[in-house]
Amino acid sequence: MKIFRILILLVASIWFTATLHAQDTAKAFIGAEIITATGDQYDDGVLVVRNGIIESVGARGQVTIPSGAEQIDVSGKVIMPGLVDPHSHIGGGDGGDRSASLHPDVRILDTIDPRSDTIRRALAGGVTTANVMPGSGLLMSGQTVYIKLRPANTIEEMLVYVDEENGIYGGIKMANGTNPLGQSPAPGTRARSAALVRNLFIQAQEYKKKMDEAGGDEEKMPSRDLQMETLVEVLEGKRHVHNHTHRHDDILTAIRLADEFGYRMVLHHVTEAWKVAEEIARSGYPASIIVLDSPGGKLEAEHLYYETGRVLEEAGVDFGYHTDDSVTDSRLFLRSAAFGIREGMSREKAVESLTIANARMMDMEDRVGSLETGKDADFIILSGDPFSVYTKVLQTWIDGEKVWDRENPEDRKYATGGYNVIQRASFGHHDHLNAGGN
Amino acid sequence: MKVLKLFVPVCLMFACIATDAAAQIAVKGETVYTMDGDPIRDGVVLIRDGKIERVGTAGSVSIPDGYDVHEAKVVTPGLIDSRSVVGLAGILNQDHDQDQIEMSNAFQPDLRAIDAFNAREDLVKFLLGKGITTVHTGHGPGALVSGQTMIAKTAGNTVEQSLVDSTTAIAITLGAGIRGGYSTPGTRAKSVAMLRQNLIEGQDYAKNRNSDNPPSRNLGRESMADLIDGKIYALIHVQRAQDIMTAIRLQKEFGFRMLLEGAAEAYLVKDEIKEAGVPVIIHPTMVRTWGETQNAGFKTAAKLKEAGIPVVFQSGYEGYVPKTRVVLFEAAIAVANGFGYEDALQALTIDAAALFGIDDRVGSLETGKDADVVLFNGDPFEYTTKATRVIVNGNVVYEKD
Repeated sequence: MKIFRILILLVASIWFTATLHAQDTAKAFIGAEIITATGDQYDDGVLVVRNGIIESVGARGQVTIPSGAEQIDVSGKVIMPGLVDPHSHIGGGDGGDRSASLHPDVRILDTIDPRSDTIRRALAGGVTTANVMPGSGLLMSGQTVYIKLRPANTIEEMLVYVDEENGIYGGIKMANGTNPLGQSPAPGTRARSAALVRNLFIQAQEYKKKMDEAGGDEEKMPSRDLQMETLVEVLEGKRHVHNHTHRHDDILTAIRLADEFGYRMVLHHVTEAWKVAEEIARSGYPASIIVLDSPGGKLEAEHLYYETGRVLEEAGVDFGYHTDDSVTDSRLFLRSAAFGIREGMSREKAVESLTIANARMMDMEDRVGSLETGKDADFIILSGDPFSVYTKVLQTWIDGEKVWDRENPEDRKYATGGYNVIQRASFGHHDHLNAGGN
Repeated sequence: MKVLKLFVPVCLMFACIATDAAAQIAVKGETVYTMDGDPIRDGVVLIRDGKIERVGTAGSVSIPDGYDVHEAKVVTPGLIDSRSVVGLAGILNQDHDQDQIEMSNAFQPDLRAIDAFNAREDLVKFLLGKGITTVHTGHGPGALVSGQTMIAKTAGNTVEQSLVDSTTAIAITLGAGIRGGYSTPGTRAKSVAMLRQNLIEGQDYAKNRNSDNPPSRNLGRESMADLIDGKIYALIHVQRAQDIMTAIRLQKEFGFRMLLEGAAEAYLVKDEIKEAGVPVIIHPTMVRTWGETQNAGFKTAAKLKEAGIPVVFQSGYEGYVPKTRVVLFEAAIAVANGFGYEDALQALTIDAAALFGIDDRVGSLETGKDADVVLFNGDPFEYTTKATRVIVNGNVVYEKD
C-alpha cells in the first residue's frame, strides 16, 4: 500500500509540474473583437494569458506579445469574459428538507456531483462560474456554493473562496412569496414567513452578541451551533443572502428584512421588479432577473416581461441575469440578456449583466467577470455577436485552460444534445421540492 | 378537417363584422416573405376587406388613396403554431384554468376542444403579440386519449369568432408520457391494447353508422370512427424511439391519418418514419431534457428535414414555467442548428397550413387569402427582433414600437 501511495504522489507531482510548465508559456489570442465588460472594446484585440491569469488585454499594437508566447489566431471571432451565472441548479445537488422551513446549516456542497453532465452543458453555453443553490421551496433552504466549472473529481476542486480566512465559498438561499408556503412546519402565509425569518435572525443576533462578548475567550463562547454560526456570517456581511422573490410586494418585504438585520442581499428572479424599480434602486440591493419565454405557469410569474432589464437599467439598479438552470438552459444564457436588448436595454449593460454585475453579487469581481490584467483567465471565444441566435460558443477557458471546445465531438455533444448525452439531469418530485427553481 | 355546420353561419356573421371594421391597409416591407415564390425586396401587400388584395414589388403595386400604410424590415404571413394547448391551458396554472387534461378517465375521445377554448385567454393574446396568428390547440398530452384538438386564430373574443377548424385531431399519448393517476393504463402494453380495442370499435361504428340499422349515437365512438374514416388526424404524442415504432405499427394496422408529435428520439428511427410517410410536429427545440425527452437534441428538426420527412414546429405543452413556449423562438433555435432559414419560415406558415388543410385561407400572402400578416423590425428569428404589427383578418390587432 505504501508503494502505491508513493506512486500516486509521484504521478501527481509529475502532472502538477507538467501543468505548471505548460502554463509558464504565455498564450496570446490575436485578432478577435474583444469585449472586456469594463466598457472597453477592441475591434482587433489581443488577449495574453499566463499561469491562469490575464497578463494583458488591449488593441493590437498596444499590447506587448511576450517573446515565446504561443500565438493563436482568433481573427473574425469574439472574445468576452466567461459567463457568471449567479443562480443555477446544475450538479444535481439538494438542500433542506420538509422537517423545517429554515436550514442555514444545510450545505449543497455535500450533495453536488462534480461529474454531472449538467455542468458540461453549462460549459457549452460559456458559463465559467456559477452560484449553485438549493431550491426555493423553503424559506431558507441552505448554503450555496460559488464554483468554477473546471473538470474535477471533487467539489472542493471547483470551489471559489470569497473569504479565505473564514472558509466561505458561497451565500445562503432564501425565498419568499408562494414557493415556501405549505403545511406545517412550513408557513401558511406571507406574514408568517417573514415572522419566522425575523425570529431566526433575532436568535442569530443574540448568538453573535455572546460571541462578541466572549472577546476571543474560548471558555465564554456560546456552544457551537451550525445554524447560528452560518447566520452570524450573514449578519457580518461575509455571506450574501440570495433571495428568491417574484411579486413586487415580496420584493419590498425582502428589502425590509435585509434592512432590519443589515445583511447583504441579492434579489433573485424579480418578475415584478419593473413595478418597484425606484424602490429597488434606492435600497441599493442588486437584482438578478430570470427571463422566461412567456409569463405565467405560476401566479407570481403572471406579470413577467422582457422589459424588466430596460426598466432596471433606467432606474440605475445594479442588476444581471441568471439561468436558474434547469428552469432555463445554461446553453442559452446569452439569450436572456439578448431579450433585454430586444426591449431597449443597452448592449453594454447586456454584457455586464452576464458577467461583472453577477461577479459583484458573489463578491468575486476582483477575480472574474471582466477581462482585465491580473484577473483569472476565464473567457469564451464566440463565432460572432454574443446576442445573435446564430452565434456559437466555440471555446470555453477557465484559469487559462481550455475546458470546452466545440471542435471536439465529445464536447460538442453537450451543446447540441442527443442520445444519452445528458444522463444525470432530473427534475422529478424530489428535485422539484428542493432544486425546483423559479 | 371537419367544420361543424353549427359554426358556418356564425363565422360568416363574424366575417361581415370584420369586413365593416377593417380599414384598407398597405404593408410595405424591405423583404416580404410571401411563401408563394421567392421573397420580394421592397414589397407591398395590399389588404382590403379582411383579405389580401394584391402582393408585389413597390414598383409594380401602387398604393391607392385612403390606405393606412405600415412599414417594416421584414414581412411574413401570420405564423402557425402546429401544436399547443393555449386557450385550454391558462396563464395562472391553477386548477380552474387548466382544461387541457381531464383526469377522470385516460380515454376520452368525445371531449371537444371548442367547449373549453377561452379565446380571451392571456396566453393566446401573448402568442398573438409574437406573430402567431393561427394555433392548432386543444387537449394536451398526458392521457392515452385526452380529447380533441381544433384550430383557431389568436384574434377574436369567442371561440366562434376565432375558429378555423373545429375538430382537427384526436390527441393520443403513447409511452411514459401518460400521467400517473389514472387507474388504467399503467403500462405501455396496456395502453396499446386499450387503444386497439377502441379503434376496432371505431371501425365497427364507422361501418354501421351509414347502414340501414345504425347504432345508437355514442360520441366517443363517433370520434374514433371519424379517425378511422380519415376525417380527422390521430395526433400521437411520443418521444421514445420504441413508442414511435408503436405509433407506426398502429397506423399500419388501422390506416388512420397520423401526425407524430414530440418525437424526441425520431433521429434514431428516421428511415422508418420516412417510409411510413408520417409528418412530424417536432418537440419544442428548447425542450428540457429529462424523462421522456432526455435524449432530445437541438439538431433533430434539421436531421429529419434532411431525411425528407415533413417537419413543422410546436410550442407544445408546459406544466410549469414558461406556461407556453413560442413556436417562432423554437424554430429559431432549430435554424441556428442547421434547419434551413426559408424551410423554417415555410414550416411556420404554408407547410403547417397545408398539413391541416387550411391553406386555402392562411399560410401565405396570396390574393384572396385571409389578411394575416406580421411585421418584424428585423430577422424574425433573431433574439433582438420583435413583431411590431400583427394583422389578423385585415385588422391591426397588435402594435408595438
